[in-house]
Amino acid sequence: MRRILVCAGTGCVASHSRQVTARLKAALHAHHLEDKFQVDNTGCHGFCEQGPLVIIEPEEILYCRVQEEDVEAIVTEHLEQGRPVERLLYQDPVTKEKIATYNQINFYRQQSRHVLKNCGHINPENIDAYLAVEGYQGLQKALALPREEVINIIKQAGLRGRGGAGFPTGLKWEYTFKAPGDRKYVVCNADEGDPGAFMDRSVLEGDPHAVLEGMLIAAYAIGAQEGYIYVRAEYPLAVQRLRIALAQARERGFCGEHILGTDFSCDLHIREGAGAFVCGEETALLASIQGERGMPRPRPPFPARQGLWGQPTNINNVETYANVPLILRRGAGWYASLGTAKSKGTKIFALTGKVKNTGLVEVPMGITLREIIFNIGGGILEDRGFKAVQIGGPSGGCLPAEHLDLPVDYDSLTAAGAMMGSGGLVVMDDSTCMVEVARFFLNFTQAESCGKCTPCREGIQQMLAILTRITRGQGREGDLEQLEQLARVIKGTALCGLGQTAPNPVLSTLRYFRAEYEAHIRDHRCPAKSCRDLLAYHIDPEKCNGCTRCRRRCPAGAISGEAKKPHTINLELCARCGTCLDLCRPKAIYVE
Amino acid sequence: MPAETIKQIVARYREEKGALIPVLQATQEALGYLPPEALKEIAAAMALPLSTVYSVVTFYAQFHLQPRGRHVIHVCQGTACHIRGGNHILNKIKELLQIDAGETTPDLRFTLEPVACLGACALAPVMSISGDTYGHLKPDMIAGILEKYQ
Repeated sequence: MRRILVCAGTGCVASHSRQVTARLKAALHAHHLEDKFQVDNTGCHGFCEQGPLVIIEPEEILYCRVQEEDVEAIVTEHLEQGRPVERLLYQDPVTKEKIATYNQINFYRQQSRHVLKNCGHINPENIDAYLAVEGYQGLQKALALPREEVINIIKQAGLRGRGGAGFPTGLKWEYTFKAPGDRKYVVCNADEGDPGAFMDRSVLEGDPHAVLEGMLIAAYAIGAQEGYIYVRAEYPLAVQRLRIALAQARERGFCGEHILGTDFSCDLHIREGAGAFVCGEETALLASIQGERGMPRPRPPFPARQGLWGQPTNINNVETYANVPLILRRGAGWYASLGTAKSKGTKIFALTGKVKNTGLVEVPMGITLREIIFNIGGGILEDRGFKAVQIGGPSGGCLPAEHLDLPVDYDSLTAAGAMMGSGGLVVMDDSTCMVEVARFFLNFTQAESCGKCTPCREGIQQMLAILTRITRGQGREGDLEQLEQLARVIKGTALCGLGQTAPNPVLSTLRYFRAEYEAHIRDHRCPAKSCRDLLAYHIDPEKCNGCTRCRRRCPAGAISGEAKKPHTINLELCARCGTCLDLCRPKAIYVE
Repeated sequence: MPAETIKQIVARYREEKGALIPVLQATQEALGYLPPEALKEIAAAMALPLSTVYSVVTFYAQFHLQPRGRHVIHVCQGTACHIRGGNHILNKIKELLQIDAGETTPDLRFTLEPVACLGACALAPVMSISGDTYGHLKPDMIAGILEKYQ
């Protein structure tokens, strides 16, 4: 039986992949092909920009942007006559060539998909699909070993936490294992709140059993009998798939009492978050599971000694747990052979922003930013100039073009003023104002600060006020020095990771794009032509053909002029919304 | 009305430790929002001070003390959406519905809630209405989409 895989990740579902599945099933029925082809929904393939994605196996043909009305052609031309439908194939943005199989597409070819291997290739709602790809074999191996040996394997593999800071996972497990206490817990941090990151969501949606298996191995290693998965409520599909996976794992004896006939028992629960970014911080997350306000507390004591209800608790994030079954199955030596000296394995990045191929990419640690953005990502949208890449969400930083050849690993990113963080990679082109980007992140952290400690609550507010003034053209001499001073104090004194890293976007943009700040302050000019209050829209009378489109659509009524004669913009009325600029066909409108 | 519903919800979570948040989530799911009487019932049923219940409700963005619209619009304001013009989408919705972020239209048709990230960054800019996700948005597409939700 050949397989037709339709992506049912959030991205493809948003582009109507469910309707494509339904139509495919109906068409197979109508053409009497039901015994030859099986239609399966999968999790995210990672190539979200091109969705809905349909893969025909075993020939590995990938169809992009498939709509309901394309189904008939796929069935009659491809499935019946064996001719792939050319117009639905992926077109390389550089060579303009049509590429039939996904393994030939640069986006996939240059990745090393290990953690994401099953995502997009198995049905996440069917445990048998996971078992067929060696699922739960890592758990079986672990259960046959002494607990210390499992911890040793993780240590030898060199796995570091994928949640951001990169703490050695084996060491964390060892601390929890050695901590005194009869009741211990494992917790999975699936509160992926970083704007611009969605790898945890995709893993949960596409391969939920891998996360459960990783958690169960951790639970065995540290001696925990209970565990919690704390998921963002904004990810309803992930929550639903996790619930299904958990029920199936319990049914088959991988979770619950006497797992696989051994003395080891562990049950897992799902807790939905209630919408607070700070709950990604481990101590705040624990407070939230306990039913309290999600506020962090000072560490030590670390959760490894005193976590949930005061008991030793191991917390890792989704991607970290998803790496664990692989290590058990394929061995520490295999794992340690991937990556760099101090950062082992692969890392999943959410590649988004002004880049041609957006989506999820899994690459070995140590790959350069240039390879990710230009080879896998296909370069900058509309072939504009590359300006910066924002790494690690609100805790990270913006790196300029001179860092494109930086190898991506925990330590080199930190040295350059960014951090691995969540693994969000947001590419920015020359139309992005870096002062505005810094303001955007501060606005986010300011809104999400829990307010418990003064540096974070008051300090970020002050930094935001200064940045807002600068983007409005009201910057003053001395602002930059004050920003730097505030940043130093907040980094040094805030209670938790949210506050300690909040100034990073400001510091990194000040470090690499200081001239842009100075242009705003001294010349009241936004070099990227992005800050509204510093812009003026004009019409070039030479180019304007008087088509009246802009006049009719201007929401502020700021444009005047007669048909077929050059129009003008009244700057006092102009709301600087950019509508006219988008509408103008002869490109007569320009911004200063 | 709420008393019976809440008793049932609390009973469902009796075995679980620290169940206040799931109880609030289930109550909001059932009633659409968290009216003051419901919070009193929850506090009594779980033997918690009312102030504790309020402190949790007001901390998390997901809980609402006011009635909400039949359709909740989540407009993504994440980094990827921001870079690709997410704020223009938000402004367009505000303009069309004549409400501000966080507000509900007087006819209770829509509630407008900007969110930090919907996790569909590849489709930026993105919004979701009553759970349906819309990607690759342009401001002039908004009116047509809103019309589908009455």
